[in-house]
Amino acid sequence: MRCWVLSCLLATYTLAQSRPDAATAGRSIFESQCSLCHGQTGGGGRGPALNRPKLDRAPDDAALRTLIMEGSGDMPGAWQLHPDELASVAAFVRSLGTLPQEVVPGDPASGARIYRVRGCASCHMVAGQGAGFGPELTAIGSRRNAAFLRQTILKPASALPDGFQYVAAIQPSGPTVRGIRVNEDSFTIQLRDAGGHYHSFRKSELKELRRLEGETPMPSYEGQITGAALDDLVAYLAGLKGKP
Amino acid sequence: MKWLAILLCVPAWGQVSYHRIVNAGNEPGNWLTYSGNYQGHRFSPLSQVTPANVSSIRVRWAYQMDAQTEVSPIVVDGVMYVSGPNTAAALDVRTGRELWTWKRPIPKDYQNIGFGRVNRGPAILDDQIFVATLDCYLVALDAKSGLERWSSKVADFKPGYSMTLAPLAIRGKVLVGVSGGETGIRGFVDAYDAKTGDRVWRFYTIPGPGEPGNETWPGDSWKTGGGSAWVTGSYDPETNLVYWGIGNPGPDWNPDSRRGDNLYTCSLVALDGDTGKLKWYFQFTPNDSHDWDSTHVPVLFEGDVRGVRRKLVAVANRNAFYYVLDRSTGAFIAGRAYAKQTWAKGLDASGHPIVIPNTEPSEAGTLVWPNLNGATVWFSPSYSPPEGLLYVAVREISSIYYKRKAEYKPGTFFAGGGEANPPGGTPSGAIRALEPTTGVMRWEFKMHTAPWAGVLSTAGGLVFSGSDEGNFFALDAKTGKPLWDFQTGGGIAANPISFNIDGKQSIAIAAGRVLYVFSQ
Repeated sequence: MRCWVLSCLLATYTLAQSRPDAATAGRSIFESQCSLCHGQTGGGGRGPALNRPKLDRAPDDAALRTLIMEGSGDMPGAWQLHPDELASVAAFVRSLGTLPQEVVPGDPASGARIYRVRGCASCHMVAGQGAGFGPELTAIGSRRNAAFLRQTILKPASALPDGFQYVAAIQPSGPTVRGIRVNEDSFTIQLRDAGGHYHSFRKSELKELRRLEGETPMPSYEGQITGAALDDLVAYLAGLKGKP
Repeated sequence: MKWLAILLCVPAWGQVSYHRIVNAGNEPGNWLTYSGNYQGHRFSPLSQVTPANVSSIRVRWAYQMDAQTEVSPIVVDGVMYVSGPNTAAALDVRTGRELWTWKRPIPKDYQNIGFGRVNRGPAILDDQIFVATLDCYLVALDAKSGLERWSSKVADFKPGYSMTLAPLAIRGKVLVGVSGGETGIRGFVDAYDAKTGDRVWRFYTIPGPGEPGNETWPGDSWKTGGGSAWVTGSYDPETNLVYWGIGNPGPDWNPDSRRGDNLYTCSLVALDGDTGKLKWYFQFTPNDSHDWDSTHVPVLFEGDVRGVRRKLVAVANRNAFYYVLDRSTGAFIAGRAYAKQTWAKGLDASGHPIVIPNTEPSEAGTLVWPNLNGATVWFSPSYSPPEGLLYVAVREISSIYYKRKAEYKPGTFFAGGGEANPPGGTPSGAIRALEPTTGVMRWEFKMHTAPWAGVLSTAGGLVFSGSDEGNFFALDAKTGKPLWDFQTGGGIAANPISFNIDGKQSIAIAAGRVLYVFSQ
């Protein structure tokens, strides 16, 4: 509802003339509220890079302001901003477009082969190909920057998404089921195991519901994929910008 | 035909005198006022459904509403009355089938700024149903036909006034309070003559120039100071005092323009039912900057304080502290935190918070527990006289609070900041049972996330509540042990009630767009 209200506010907001100092004023807000995901200079990370002249989801300034205010997906809306502040953050984001973009070394075609050979598709899906146990990667390059992707390959547990939880459902009799939490409420939990099968449990009927904090079924590839091969794989993933 | 005959045979059908509401406990098969009784107990004296048999309750019927519903229905002599945003309906309590419906168009230029397009229930007095509308009218409907008897303009909605609450009908009068604390309104509680719709009194929650308390507002800040009154109050028929919780000051997160206590925001006020005159007030959060409205249903009860039986009022506040006050004088009796909070070291001897420095919102952001929605919010607590416990749905959740520019323009967001969820934060919730005279916790039932549903307790020894994930559930009132639950399929942001259908105890809860009725 708040988003609705804010979009109304936005609709009634007459476009302020851009002032030269607008981007400077937006910098401090960006650094305190946006840079955790987008990087101090917009280079990206957990969130997409913004140091590009064209932003995929914000083709014009009005769309950019709406996106900042309402948020989208994992990105929370900055609904608390005054319209002047909103405009200044948008102006600062646009100014990032003149900065040099991240250079991604490596050969994407070679990276695609490594992706296939190393069996990534046994857990991940790209453009409908592969398994759906791990995160879907068709557009991962537009959501994460190359440095973040590299870190995820080497130390997957250091880059878990918000809300991600790997759990072990220990039954009084019968096998322990390990899986990624798909849904949960106060009485039940739903999991998906590595084979892609769904499991549903009443918590009160489990011997233990063990939350494997900081754990992920994705193995670390540190020391296994190195050098040029790692560059190639990162280049392949960073180039995945399709529609999932 | 047989059912119709039964409906028609009930003497004085729909006639709900003030005395019936005062003595609501004598007719537990009905639910005559928002909280079940004037004392704000949300307690049902029905005892058929017990810990031993609650597992056998089933959905009896469901009623689809037009929109997300937060309704707490009224049930009288075989008819259930419900309301939604600018709508109302009478339902056959046996089947959920409509007996009449009523609708008032929402103006195209109406804006709900800072809250949802919801309605929390109707009120009944004599042969009329009362509904507070989003566009700020109080409407009286004929209980038998749903035809409009009168409608009174409470305020102009354009600068931001609105109403979402269930009205409170007392002797000959209907009371309402306004929403709009995020648009720089000057809040008030109004009383209207139930027969004519004429306004009888108005209590401004922010004193004007020359009135005591105005000095707590610098300059003209009182004019746009908020102080909404958007949750139904309680009433003591013996003393004719109305108890009403008052909302936050505006602009919400930027107190620079309003340094001072900002009376009577974030307070409980006791008003004379005939005149609206202030008898006493108690302020929970002076100069609030976290949007911690004190808009809760006050719970009136009698309790022993140091060996003396006293008339008390309790509030589990959005600011995470539980308060017990003398309800004749407003004197502070006891208080303590009932949820995690990081903004005060505690309460002093008079109940004022000992505020920790640097917990105000800031430009870079300030992490504080609880979040802006508080440790509990508008949904109702419950008080069980037989158990001697007060039950409250608790939100364990923090926020990063930001301070921003605030500029007043009528009908726009006047908040001066806001909040964001801290990264990696894991909000949770609980139903907690508190000793009513001290706030000491007896038990808790932990929940997966922070709830938005109120609590009902029953003489059968049960506590009912709901979760944001759609679970409607029953706990043992003595221990908090979960005994029964049902997945409603919609987030629950409503208060449960209990009543009889043909002598069988039933429980109703709104979830998503659906009103469910359960019985054995």
